Parts: sequence; C-alpha cells; structure tokens
Amino acid sequence: MRYGETGITLEVDLSTGEVKKYESDPSWTELYLGGLGTNLRYLWEKAPLDCHPFSPENVIIFGAGLLVGTPVVGATRTVVTSYVPANNLVAFSMIGGHFGAELKFAGYDRVIVKGRASEPVYLWIDNDKIEIRSAKHLWGKGILETFRVIREELKEPRAQIAAIGPAGENRVYFAAIQHAWHTAGRGGLGAIMGDKKLKAIAVRGTKDLRTAKPQELFELCFRMREEIRKNPNLGDWMAYSDNDAFHHDNFAWGYARVRRKGYWTPEVEERFARIRKEHQLRVVGCFNCPKECEIVIKYPGKPIFGYKCFAKDTFHMAAFQELDFSYEFLPLVVDYGVDAYSMPQVIAFAIELYENGILTDQDLPGFPKDVKGRFYYLFEKIVKREGIGDILAEGTWWAAQKIGRGAEKIEHNSIKKVEQIPIKLGKLNPIYFLWWSTNEKWNITQIEGTWPQDPIPDPEKRKAFVESWIAPPNEEFKKWFLEWEKREVIPVERACAIADWSERMHYIDNSTGLCGFLSAFRGQFGGVPGPDQLVGAGPAYHIHNIPYLISLATGIEYDEEKLWETAGRIRTLIRAMNNIRGLRREDEKPPEDHWAIRDPELEKKLLDEYYRFKGWNEEGIPTKETLLKYGLDFVIPEFERRNLL
Amino acid sequence: MKKVKKVIKAIKIYPEKCTGCGTCEVYCSAYHAEPRYSYVNPAKSRIRVFVDELNDVYLPIISGRYADAECRVRYRIVVGDRDYEECTFCRAACPSRKDFFDPDTGLPLLCDGCGEPMPQGGPMCVQACDAGALEYLPERIEEVLVPEEEEEEEVVEEL
Repeated sequence: MRYGETGITLEVDLSTGEVKKYESDPSWTELYLGGLGTNLRYLWEKAPLDCHPFSPENVIIFGAGLLVGTPVVGATRTVVTSYVPANNLVAFSMIGGHFGAELKFAGYDRVIVKGRASEPVYLWIDNDKIEIRSAKHLWGKGILETFRVIREELKEPRAQIAAIGPAGENRVYFAAIQHAWHTAGRGGLGAIMGDKKLKAIAVRGTKDLRTAKPQELFELCFRMREEIRKNPNLGDWMAYSDNDAFHHDNFAWGYARVRRKGYWTPEVEERFARIRKEHQLRVVGCFNCPKECEIVIKYPGKPIFGYKCFAKDTFHMAAFQELDFSYEFLPLVVDYGVDAYSMPQVIAFAIELYENGILTDQDLPGFPKDVKGRFYYLFEKIVKREGIGDILAEGTWWAAQKIGRGAEKIEHNSIKKVEQIPIKLGKLNPIYFLWWSTNEKWNITQIEGTWPQDPIPDPEKRKAFVESWIAPPNEEFKKWFLEWEKREVIPVERACAIADWSERMHYIDNSTGLCGFLSAFRGQFGGVPGPDQLVGAGPAYHIHNIPYLISLATGIEYDEEKLWETAGRIRTLIRAMNNIRGLRREDEKPPEDHWAIRDPELEKKLLDEYYRFKGWNEEGIPTKETLLKYGLDFVIPEFERRNLL
Repeated sequence: MKKVKKVIKAIKIYPEKCTGCGTCEVYCSAYHAEPRYSYVNPAKSRIRVFVDELNDVYLPIISGRYADAECRVRYRIVVGDRDYEECTFCRAACPSRKDFFDPDTGLPLLCDGCGEPMPQGGPMCVQACDAGALEYLPERIEEVLVPEEEEEEEVVEEL
C-alpha cells in the first residue's frame, strides 16, 4: 500500500495512441520524493538524453508534488518538466491550483506525454478512463474558450484543465501553460505541448487518497493551517497590499534600463489602489490553502483574468505606464498563454532595436507611434509568429543573433539565453551572484528566499530576529546573520553555504509540492515572530518540520539529514542532465550590467569555491565521487561516454 | 415532555468571500471517512464548491435531500453580473449530476451537520473555511419539546 501518493504513473504516447499505467518504483519516492525530483528521474529514462526539444522523442511530464492532495496545507504544486528549445536544457515550471490534487484523486502521481499527435488533441483523464480526443476545433482558440468548450463537451464542470493558447501552438519559446488563474510561465513549456499538438490536459478524479498516519497528520495540519492563515509573512502579500514601492522604486523599467527611485508616492499608491479596487472581483486560493494569492480582475471590454505577484507590474513597467495598462494587457497574456516575465522584456527589447534603427519600418510595417500601440502590435506578431514576430518569438538572445546589426549589444538581460526579471543594481552581491549564475531555473525568485535580502542594522533587533528564527539548518547560520552588517560583505564560504541552503529548500518544495510562498521563498522577508512555535519566524515549512510531514503522509522514515541529501541528489541530477546537454562554466554568469560595480576576482573565487562546495569540478560538472555519494550511479556511464568525468 | 427554548444555529454561506480552495471539501470528506480521517476525497464531500472561474462563480453548496428525478422546469438565476447554471444553487443529490453521490457506492450523500456529537468547534466545513465564506451562526430561538428527565443545559446552547 502506498501512502500520500497513488504509486501509479500514467504514460501516453501521442504518436501511437498507446496508454500505459504502471506502478512507480517505491524506492524512487524515497530517493526523489515526487514532483520535480521524480519528473527528472523519469525524464532521464523516457527521453533520449540528447533529444531535440521539438522532437517526438522528447517527453513532457506533469508531476504532482509528493504531498499534494494530502491534508498538508499548501501542498498544491504540479511541476511540468521537459527539454526546451530556448537553451536546450531541462526546464521545470510549476502550477498551483487544483490540477495536481485532481490528478492524484484520479489515481496518478504524474502523467508523461511522449510522441507527437498527427492532429491537435487533448488528453482526458477521467479516473481510470483515458481518452485522446480531437482538439481540431480548439486549435487557434484562446485559453479561456478552451476551458469552456472542454468542460461543456465533456459535461464535466469539475474537470481541472491545463491548456496552451496560440503562443504554445506556435511554439513561442516563452509560451506558458495555464490552469484556471495559475500559470506555469517560465521555461517555455507551452511550446513543447504545442510541438506535440497537445492543446490541453483535462483531469477528473473521485478516488480516495490515503496517508500513513492520517489522524496525527490532520491534527497537526489543522493547527498549522490556522497559523499559516494568521502569519502575514506567508502567502503573496502583494495580493493584499497596495504598497508596491519595492518593485517600482527598485526594479528597472523599460527593457531593464531605468531605475526610477522615488517613483512611488502616496498619490501613485492611491491611484493604483483605486484601479485595483474598481476592477477586482475576488481573491482566490489554491487547493487546501488558507492564503489568498490570486487576484481576479475584470477590466472593461476585456476578458476576465487572474494574476499574482510581480506579474501585475511587468507590462506597465516595461512600457513606462501604470497599473491600468497591465490590467488591459494581462487578459491577452493569460488567454494567448505567454510568460509575463519574458514577453514584456522581448517587446521592450524590440522597441529599443527600433529606436536605435536596428529594426526599421520595413521590419515593422505600420508600427504605431505610441508605446501602448506598439505593445499590442508586437504582442500579436510574436504570438502568431508573423514577420519579425517569428524571430522575436525565440526570445531576446536568439533574436539578437538572428537580427545582428548590433542587436547583440542591445540584448543584455538574459541568463542562459532566457530573459530575466529586470533588476539592475550597484555593487556585486556575493550570495546573489551565485544564485543568478548557477541556478537551473533561470529565475531568481525560485532560488532565493531562505536568507534575508538585507542585514538588520540595529544589533538588538538582529539578535531578536535570530532568537525567533527557526528555519536555518543549524546554529552556524544564525551566527553568520548576527555578524552580517553590509549586504555585499560576506565571506565566500558563508555565501556558498547560504546559496546552497536556499537552493536545497526550493528543490524540496518543488518535489514535495509545497508552495514557496509558505516555504523557501518566504524566508527572505522573515524575521517577524509568528503566533507560536509551530510557525515561528519566517516560513511555515523548513528543514526541521518537512521530514516529519513526509513521514506522516507517506510512512517513509525521513529525517533532516536524509531530506538534505535528497535535495542534493535532485539538484545534482538536473545539473548532470544539463551538463550532458552542454551546460558549462562559461554559461554561468549574470547579465553583464546586472551590477554596475563588478569584481571579477571575487566572482571567480565564488564560483570556484561554490563548485567545490557542491562537489562539482571546475567546469561545474558533478564529480564521480559526488554522483556516487548521491546514488546517481546510472549517470556515470553517460558521463564517461561524453568525457565528462 | 416539557417545552424548552433552543437556539437554532445555521451555516451561513457568503459566496463573495469564497476563494475556491476546497478546504471545506477536504475536511468534510476526511471527517466522514471510515475510519475517521483515513483519506481525503473531495468527491465524497457533503459540501461542494461550485466553481466557474470564467464567470467568477465560487459557490459552496451543502448537500440536501435525494431526488429521484430531474427538475422539469429549466431556469437560470442571475444575481448582479453573475449568471448561474440552473443547478448551481440546488442542494439535491439528483440524476442530473454526479455531485452529492458517493462515487464508489452510488449512494446519495446527505449533510449530517457532522452528526452527534457535533465536532468540537462546530461543523468541519465551517472550521475549515479560513476565507469567512462559511459561518455557523445563531439563526433563531425555537421552543421544542424535550423529555422531562433531560437536563436543560444539554439542549440550550449559549447565544
């Protein structure tokens, strides 16, 4: 009997129509948990290690986190994993909502899709019944229409659906997958669904999901839920607060060029708050979570949409507009299915190319004069891959290479060929240097977070913070925090340990399905004592309590040491897969202008030391000892074949 | 028999506050599981949240009586901007839909207010709702007949 998970993997081959269901190896649960961890292990098995992302051999995996569907509060995440064309590496992106829970209630921990359909299809998972249905009538349709039609024709209003829009169909490199108001945006996984001619996956489940120690688990979760609800540090407080000075004053506007310190004033806040209140229908949350992180908006003349976090700012900041512009533009973004981080950067980049005479009226016939008009114009071209949009649809890095004429010099805000959040700062920050350079997510928000962004100037307050700080793995981290006075001044070995801790916590979240807003991402603003010991300062979930939750849910004995090692195993596996696909040290760097003041010597030292700390060689490739330590023996022959050892 | 005053409480539903998280369904299904809490299965919950994101409908409905036939009349309820499916507000376990039938046995599911004794702290769905969409509130005072030997304290709830 499997607990916390169903133990069943569903595999569908769209080329042949073959459907397989099989029991997953229980030892994989112990070694990789679920979600991202097991997705990677299956991706290794199911797709050739060097397959082209746009080939029938590639697979796309939707894996529910290990704890999803159990009483554990906020365990909601479904991780989508595949090889993607932007940089040929492994991409993983997450959705919250109800998709993963529904998949588990249908009797599956994950669904693996391989092959390529000859005509557009969608997958209908109705408990034991699996159907590959025609989506010819849905191809070209927006995501909202797709949701509506699928639920209607299946006569199943409770079907949970993940779908792509025209951007995914047209294999735009930053196409998203949308589930209700939740988006798997980063990585361009929507393009992989599009390449497979898979418009959507709909799932309905009515089975029991059992846990190993249900009484104890419920009793604990009941208390934790109350505390998570009360703790103002958890969830997405941007959803409730109208004060957004943080992004507007500190992040860069346009194509990641201009910081506007002092932009945020009480008048701006009042105006933004009014725009929100006038158009907000409600706040929604994810399965079995008391937090309310998604805002649902209806803007006049536009389709309804939902958003969370920084997505509400990316478009109007890229266009030097205000919140009303995001509100009129985001419905398109959701319906066409694109990433709200990459798309505005690509558009702003193209506008800059035009302003510099690199793109001309020939490239952009009828290009509007006003910035709003230009955003609409370029958005349509990119999503439909029309004219210049066909080139821009592959992101700023590839577009710059193809356009040439100096476009490569304008292109400046990507890491590993993927557009980044527009942040431009002063002095190099060692911890952040490691995160930006080496993370496998190509996205800072899903790697930072356990360690506060800034020191606390007042020593007394610093002491008080540390006293109620539960999350750190050991006392050393507390000592380091007490001694930390200037943001950019921290010994190399401490920067390495801190970067590593945060990364491990994210890999644990992504594999258990715990939401970063309750866990790894919510330490960076932590330090306010919670209502009682159970949650305490900072995040609800940390290395000390997650093992216990895993044990109660699954019956598998887990402790801190074992979970720490599991996180290292998963992290090493994705690194090894990316090394096989070409990732090397030279790729591991932030955008040149991310910091105005750089320190090449320190940067080299940081990277050298971090690689050593991780058990990687000087090229950033795990050593044989490291692979053996984590039980990744199966990687060794593949490394040997490619001279990576 | 004697007459005593009893406070009747009712579950009040505030759909505008519902976030669609479905925690009420998690706790209802687990509480009614045999043995208690042994599984989670929202499809076995006696409260269901009817969600239609595209029309911003999030409506928790508590199961009512079993009906052996569908309604003959077709209707839709329009409240403000929201246009609800005709069955949305209906509490019946009826042949027109799968809701409120146990998916394993096919038997209708009837809310028992969490039975006797009531869970400490009130019905589980209300306890599970952090959004404030469900509240368990005194509705009215009724005079009821109780056997003479029964202690008054046992039936009179504090307002």
